[in-house]
Amino acid sequence: MKPAAFDYVRAEHLDEVLDGLTREGGDARIIAGGQSLMPMLNMRLARPKTLIDIMRLPELARIERKGGSVTVGAGVRQATLLAWPELGKTLPLVAQALPWTGHVQTRSRGTVCGSIAHADPSAELPLVLSALGGEVHLRSTKKRRRVPAGEFFAGMMVTARADDELIEAISLPANQRACAFREVARRHGDFAIVACAAVATDKGVRLAIGGVADMPVTREFPRLESGALDDVLNTFAYELDARDDVHASARYRRDLVRLLGAELIREVLS
Amino acid sequence: MSRLPADQHHAVRLMLNGKPCSGDAEPRMLLTDFLRHEIGATGTHVGCEHGVCGACTVEIDGKLARACLTLAVQVDGCAVRTVEGLAPAPDRLGLLQAAFKRNHALQCGFCTAGILMSLDHFLREVPKPSEQEVRDLLTGHLCRCTGYTPILRAAMEAAAELAGEPAKEKSDA
Amino acid sequence: MPEKRYGMVEATSSAKGRPDPGSPWVGQSIARVEDATLLTGRGRFMDDIGVHPGTLHAAFLRSPHAHADIVSIDVSQAMSSRGVVAVLHGEDIKALTSSLVVGVKAPVECWPMAVGRARYVGEPVAIAVAADRYRAEDAVDLIDVRYNVRPAVVDPRAAVKPEAPVLHDGFGGNVASDRSFRYGDPESAFASAPHRISIDVSYPRNSCTPIETYGVVADYNPGDDAYDVLANFQGPFSIHAVLSRALRVPGNRLRLRTPPDSGGSFGVKQGVFPYIVLIAAAAKATGRPVKWIEDRLEHLTASVSATNRAVSLVAAVAEDGRILALDWDQIEDCGAHLRAPEPATLYRMHGNLTGAYDIRHLKIRNRVVVTNKTPTGLNRGFGGPQVYFALERLVQRIAVELNLDPLDVITRNLVLADAFPYKTASGALLDSGNYQEALRRGAQEGGLAELKARRQAARAEGRLYGIGYTAVVEPSVSNMGYITTVLTPAERRKAGPKNGAQATATIAIDPVGSVSVHVASVPQGQGHRTVLSQVVADVFGLKPSDIRVNTEIDTAKDAWSIASGNYASRFAPAVAGTAKLAAERIAGRLRRVAASQLNTETDDIAFVDGHVGSKRNPDNRISFSRIAALSHWSPAALPDGVGHTIRETVFWTPPELTAPDEDDQINSSLCHGFIFDFCGVEVDRTTLQTRIDRYVTMHDCGTILHPAMVDGQVRGGFAQALGAALYEEYAYAEDGSFLTGTLADYLLPTVAEVPTPIILHMETPSPFTPLGSKGVGEGNCMSTPVCIANAVADAIGAKDVVLPLVPAKLAEIVRGAEPAPPARRTSSTQAKRGGDRKLRGEGEAVVKANAQQVWDMLLDPNTLAAVIPGCHGVEKISGTHFRADVTLGIGPVKGRYRAEVKLSDLDPPKAVTLTGSAEGGLGFGNGEGRITLGPTPDGGTTIHYTYEAGIGGKVASIGGRLLDGATRVIIGQFFVSLARQAGGGEPASGGLSWFARLRRWFGGAP
Repeated sequence: MKPAAFDYVRAEHLDEVLDGLTREGGDARIIAGGQSLMPMLNMRLARPKTLIDIMRLPELARIERKGGSVTVGAGVRQATLLAWPELGKTLPLVAQALPWTGHVQTRSRGTVCGSIAHADPSAELPLVLSALGGEVHLRSTKKRRRVPAGEFFAGMMVTARADDELIEAISLPANQRACAFREVARRHGDFAIVACAAVATDKGVRLAIGGVADMPVTREFPRLESGALDDVLNTFAYELDARDDVHASARYRRDLVRLLGAELIREVLS
Repeated sequence: MSRLPADQHHAVRLMLNGKPCSGDAEPRMLLTDFLRHEIGATGTHVGCEHGVCGACTVEIDGKLARACLTLAVQVDGCAVRTVEGLAPAPDRLGLLQAAFKRNHALQCGFCTAGILMSLDHFLREVPKPSEQEVRDLLTGHLCRCTGYTPILRAAMEAAAELAGEPAKEKSDA
Repeated sequence: MPEKRYGMVEATSSAKGRPDPGSPWVGQSIARVEDATLLTGRGRFMDDIGVHPGTLHAAFLRSPHAHADIVSIDVSQAMSSRGVVAVLHGEDIKALTSSLVVGVKAPVECWPMAVGRARYVGEPVAIAVAADRYRAEDAVDLIDVRYNVRPAVVDPRAAVKPEAPVLHDGFGGNVASDRSFRYGDPESAFASAPHRISIDVSYPRNSCTPIETYGVVADYNPGDDAYDVLANFQGPFSIHAVLSRALRVPGNRLRLRTPPDSGGSFGVKQGVFPYIVLIAAAAKATGRPVKWIEDRLEHLTASVSATNRAVSLVAAVAEDGRILALDWDQIEDCGAHLRAPEPATLYRMHGNLTGAYDIRHLKIRNRVVVTNKTPTGLNRGFGGPQVYFALERLVQRIAVELNLDPLDVITRNLVLADAFPYKTASGALLDSGNYQEALRRGAQEGGLAELKARRQAARAEGRLYGIGYTAVVEPSVSNMGYITTVLTPAERRKAGPKNGAQATATIAIDPVGSVSVHVASVPQGQGHRTVLSQVVADVFGLKPSDIRVNTEIDTAKDAWSIASGNYASRFAPAVAGTAKLAAERIAGRLRRVAASQLNTETDDIAFVDGHVGSKRNPDNRISFSRIAALSHWSPAALPDGVGHTIRETVFWTPPELTAPDEDDQINSSLCHGFIFDFCGVEVDRTTLQTRIDRYVTMHDCGTILHPAMVDGQVRGGFAQALGAALYEEYAYAEDGSFLTGTLADYLLPTVAEVPTPIILHMETPSPFTPLGSKGVGEGNCMSTPVCIANAVADAIGAKDVVLPLVPAKLAEIVRGAEPAPPARRTSSTQAKRGGDRKLRGEGEAVVKANAQQVWDMLLDPNTLAAVIPGCHGVEKISGTHFRADVTLGIGPVKGRYRAEVKLSDLDPPKAVTLTGSAEGGLGFGNGEGRITLGPTPDGGTTIHYTYEAGIGGKVASIGGRLLDGATRVIIGQFFVSLARQAGGGEPASGGLSWFARLRRWFGGAP
């Protein structure tokens, strides 16, 4: 279980990162906290020719609140965000969900944007980004663009990021409205079997489900009577196309979407 | 910028347990292998090499890290602490280590180094933790021998002692 | 019982010194002598020990297939990889070694590496030896193996069927052994009993998985024709004979050593032995020392597993719940090879198949089968979990069916307190105990009445709360002859008798009178050195810190025998007792030396506080070290007949462990501890997760040598058993793909999952062991899984429960049928039967080209090259058969594959079936798709496709969670590219991103 050989680039300027990505494209991978990438390297599931380390770039390690949104740079570790004093009041959903991401020992290294880049459909941060309707800030030597979460995640570990692009940051709308998060995993710290986030909106609730489809899926629900709500949740549960695996059956996943979904919607609307 | 080509050895300099230390590593060499086989600090153990078991947990620049999910070249210029740095003197145990000994919080001792590193770091950051906080921290470690209860007990005892309550019983190496 | 006890840390059994100076050290929870070293990172585990300069490092190529013929192995590219010294495959190993012995009489070979055919996922196929591990793994990636896949069988009940694929030609089908036994008069008992109650269960595959993996360093000296091996092997050292035979040297030319520290084993490290053969062979082939440290993926996939077992058990039952007879039908699944000492797991419990109960009539059919799974071996509990899961589930069923209290059924069947030593129907001699008293005290001190009240209160609130019970005997100190019960009496007569359990201990005194102890026990964390120092200190009147204990083994220099090693819970009853006997033998002589020096009689001599002196006149004494050293400095000063007091080795084997008799009665173990467990659990109505509200475990393990260590054993076994009950399974797909190859898939309980059990003790000493102690370390692995299962069955009212108790498995039972899908929706494209990992899906793409153009593209290698994702080139074998070299990947996961594509059922230009397979370093995949082309109103074509695909190999075992998505992405990519080539993109999708289209096409959410 040792990685295949690669060149290692310790970037000291952002330009070096962008130039590297432009030059090497899909053969290069960004390494930040390494908590998702390193296991894949050790297992030789991933074999990049070059690793570009962005953790010595102070400009990427910032959390900034601008107007109604919070920008989290690519170098910000999960533990740093969790310890950010304003987290509870500006991003309460993140404050609820982030402790479910891995363990103390992995959050201390793993970055927020790294989890977004990895796009594991069971991961909490992509779910929260989707639930809040955040954006991913992409940058290449040629251009910068912002992609809404709903368009960023495209499937199991597949995102809208082009090979020459760096995820420079994500931004999350500061949200004071009612929100709730719940997750069911086999053990504490495991990948979610179903993770569920709910955010109050003008018309009702936005519900986001992770762990079931190939990517986090969000759906707006108006205020409904409980019978009608059960029906739409049932439809939603089936639409997610749940699968069987050793940890859970498709039916069990749908059960959790129905049960947790109803619970969270009720909680957020009460 | 420094680009370290694959298949070449590169110098890695670090502070290990407060002392300068250096060795050579290819870019792909894991920090676990570097510490153990290049430096000779074999107290950090390897249990899974995919970041789950926690046996290899060390502290890098004051933050906990899985050494198996870290490249040796990433710690160039960093301060690394390992289990070898925990005891106040070669013939004495630190307070946490002594609590482990007192409470039979280890059997085979293979996972212990990582657990000690997590707790050592945590108890410095959170001087008076609740049992739930300690449990939450320890979910990042797998132990197959003890059933965890004695580890939890040792941790709570060490925390109480650090907070100024007297030790139940003094025990040194 | 106050509630807080369960979540809280209790402060019992912490390390203490002895209460007063005169009292014995044995029985005190003294601090462990092992700890200071381990706590400071100075332990010397397998991979911490330096190696000879020039040592090479090995890595294995392993089979991705459960069952496949090896057509060819090309190592040329691997050999030219940097730093590589040798690549050996099955035929090379065959040339260097002999087959491992097989535990039953059958013309079957058992190689530690696949020779011609691979029979389980993870079976070694080749070994690369290089300058370091990284380069060895580089070489493994470059070995080119071609396989012909065979059908696989993974279920033991399926394996015995005549139509099952056969693994080995030398067995009858897949049945390696089929023996029937009859004790008492079971037929009459069944005929006259008012009730016949039965249960069919399957015990799953799991493993106690130590955190330290296997490791071997081997060297071969051609000058001596001798091997020197260091391995974290745990015994039994009967395996040494297997190894030397395989390596074709006499036993005295295989030096096997163990490192000072071992990072847990729980039986599992017995399974390192096939790798000892492989690494030793690699050392011989390269002429250099070779080192191999197993990695976690190798360990989970292919190290060793406990057996899984299918059991049908029937009881003849009286009205009051008394069991009059049992009829066992056990099918034991030993995996792909019957490796030594299997089928020992099946026969270890043979004398105890009636558990803790007085049942005189017994029928047994034991079948041992091979399947396409990892070979099995030692694992904590060894046979106990499998037996008690059936027996104690049956006891609960009896209570439910006869409407009795389960505890009453247990009580009515227990062996009576005045019956010891009690000989069971199948021949075990239960040495001592008072099971009724244990139940009484357990129920009282564990708060059973209160637990029942909690159940009542919980149920009144509509919660799912249940109570489970178990009563088991825990055997320890295995009879080396029990495994021969698998042979018929005639076969045994021919083979010669096997019996006993030789334990050995050596006490040595050096010229300054300090005492050393050596035992052949190979601890992996149990604290043997501490306990031995207590035992020996008591004999000599010394402090434990005066005694130095060494537990390493070197077969070239140490006293050992086939029973040596750490297994069958033999330390406290056998090894520690033998150390006491050795110390007493030297003490007896020292007594004579002292008596002559102190001018008194030997009876008057006592060993107290570091001195040897007169009991009558305590002032008449001399220091222990002075007396002890006399043999070195002044042998002439010793009284006649004393000989020396320098070193004494004692071999001890209990006479009770006789060979199986002509009636197949076997005293399979020397000691039998008793355990009574009960627990209250709650199944969460939303998550269906099982929470242990309280777990009480009452033990009688005879005399307790070190209370804290005994509790440590109980806690550790309990945690592993909790894992087996709720989380852990080595899971296989129907095709034999291994599905739990990482610690994110094979789930070990963490501190959040393990409650603190209430541990209770009583001590009924064993009359058969020197210290009165019995084994204790394995019991909860036997009692706890079924106790939790009984509680869950009680909670949800289920007749059958399956381990591990994965919440999803309870959904049907607790909730009944699932709410129907919305009306418009057809049944899920993912509908699957259990174990079927086939992925099914469908999609559609609309293109501008007409059907004929699309058709032509599908049959054109150039177009295929362009549309097959990651294609490096297509070779046309025939008009409908193509071969391609492709790189496939999802996100960062990329691999290069050899792909074959065949077209069939051609209906030009309307429909075609595409059959494809791909094989590469990360695994293999195969699938079949039907493509139908239909015209669109504007002259374009709708490409509709349905597919069924499966993936196996490395990716299946380590990335199962990611697999289905990955497959869908790749299949989607194919059609997206095809659509692009054909001028794809219907107007409506013009504004969508490529990804959004992709998502819609392969069936993702809108």
